[in-house]
Amino acid sequence: MKVDLQQVEEACKALYIRALKLLPPDIKAGFARLDAAETNATGKAILGTMIRNIQVAEQNENLLCQDTGIPIYNVTIGSGVEVDGYALKQAIAKGCERATREHPLRSSVVHPVTRANQHTSCGRLVPVINIDFIPDAETLSIEMIPKGSGSENNSWLKMAIPADGVDAIKTFVVDCVLDAGGKTCPPTIVGVGVGGTADLCVHLSKVAATRALGSACEDPEGAKLEAQLTRAVNQLGVGPQGLGGDSTSFAVHVETAATHITMNPVAVNMQCHSARRARATFTPLGMTFGF
Amino acid sequence: MAHYDFQMPVTEEQVRKLEVNDTVTLHGTLYGIRDATQIHMFDHGRMTRFDMNGHAVVHTAPNVKEVEKSAEHPSGYAPICIGTTTSARMERFTRPLMAQYGVRIIIGKGGLSQSSADAFRDIGGVYLAVVGGAAALETTWIEQIEDVDLDDLNPESLWKFRVQGFGPLLVSMDSRGGSLYTQVNKAARDRRASALACMGVKF
Repeated sequence: MKVDLQQVEEACKALYIRALKLLPPDIKAGFARLDAAETNATGKAILGTMIRNIQVAEQNENLLCQDTGIPIYNVTIGSGVEVDGYALKQAIAKGCERATREHPLRSSVVHPVTRANQHTSCGRLVPVINIDFIPDAETLSIEMIPKGSGSENNSWLKMAIPADGVDAIKTFVVDCVLDAGGKTCPPTIVGVGVGGTADLCVHLSKVAATRALGSACEDPEGAKLEAQLTRAVNQLGVGPQGLGGDSTSFAVHVETAATHITMNPVAVNMQCHSARRARATFTPLGMTFGF
Repeated sequence: MAHYDFQMPVTEEQVRKLEVNDTVTLHGTLYGIRDATQIHMFDHGRMTRFDMNGHAVVHTAPNVKEVEKSAEHPSGYAPICIGTTTSARMERFTRPLMAQYGVRIIIGKGGLSQSSADAFRDIGGVYLAVVGGAAALETTWIEQIEDVDLDDLNPESLWKFRVQGFGPLLVSMDSRGGSLYTQVNKAARDRRASALACMGVKF
């Protein structure tokens, strides 16, 4: 399959706007589940406001949250796809910039030193573009994630040591949830990276935080940790917006990678309750939007 | 747990009456302020022509659309999506906002810390929690962007909104030292040991 880069640019523009306006069905189902189980009156009222906001955003075709985030595009290229990789990256950035100018959207992206805002949502190495490959498929998939700063500002890495074992990982995650309090806009998805190098560990924590609710870590050891940690963090009572309640997190997600004999790295990245993502899938039959 | 409707601006006496868990709805003027706005005002010595005495500020940087100036859009901006950001980053600006500009109410999400609680007690002020991430709804409470100052910082300009029924907002920090965030955080830390024990963590 040969990729039409003009179509990619249009799709990447549309993806940014779609992601900001339409919450994925798994997150909506997550809200319904938390709302049904919440026993704290303040927590229940806040969840009700969040659910109402999802409806208002759809009715008014407005953004769910004012934070347009840092734009991230996750690209998965099947082995049957023919594309100029450099031109693909340019098309993605162009789509991102056009969404910002043409909708218009608040550009939340600035130079890290001068703090200058180009009003394009783009800048040096932004949008973030991650590229991965899958076998035997005439499929190109682009996932768009506008990563809000309230949750992104609550990111941690700890290079624990092997002698501290898995207890270090569990303790670290609980302490991060306590430190984050209401700043991350709970209920959150807590993303945990376990293993790898320092940078891979942090990357995995982002993959975990932005994974669909209801999905499980492919590594059974990671999946076991997910179940334990989800129960543990929801015992803390931080609650929606950090104002108390049972609904601290929709789930804790874990992603793992092999690591060094001397290392025991753990990273935490959080996703806020406005857990936004959108996907465009290109096949020989055409392009479809989804989540 | 009382509810108050405030026509802005308010007096010190009005805000000192508020207690944690009360709710407030605002009407009239509301100012939007953000990290860069306050860095420029308090670190770089820039001044605003706005009179914020007795007023409320919300921690925000909105999505707006440039339009021709008209009676409907006197600032030349139409609101698209206006919501509230995390307050914690702006902790050190609470006292100067109150002391130098007479601000009485800070609206945000995620709460503020002890130095803000002290300023609320010393000068007379409160923190009202809006539900973060519920910006589509919050936008419906805003009638108009009346005016804008320090607009070279856009989107982190100093915004003057006209609001109708902005709320209900939860009083989560009051002028008597009360803070829901401190209460919830302390209770959560008290549960840390049992949460770790349920996963078999050994100390």
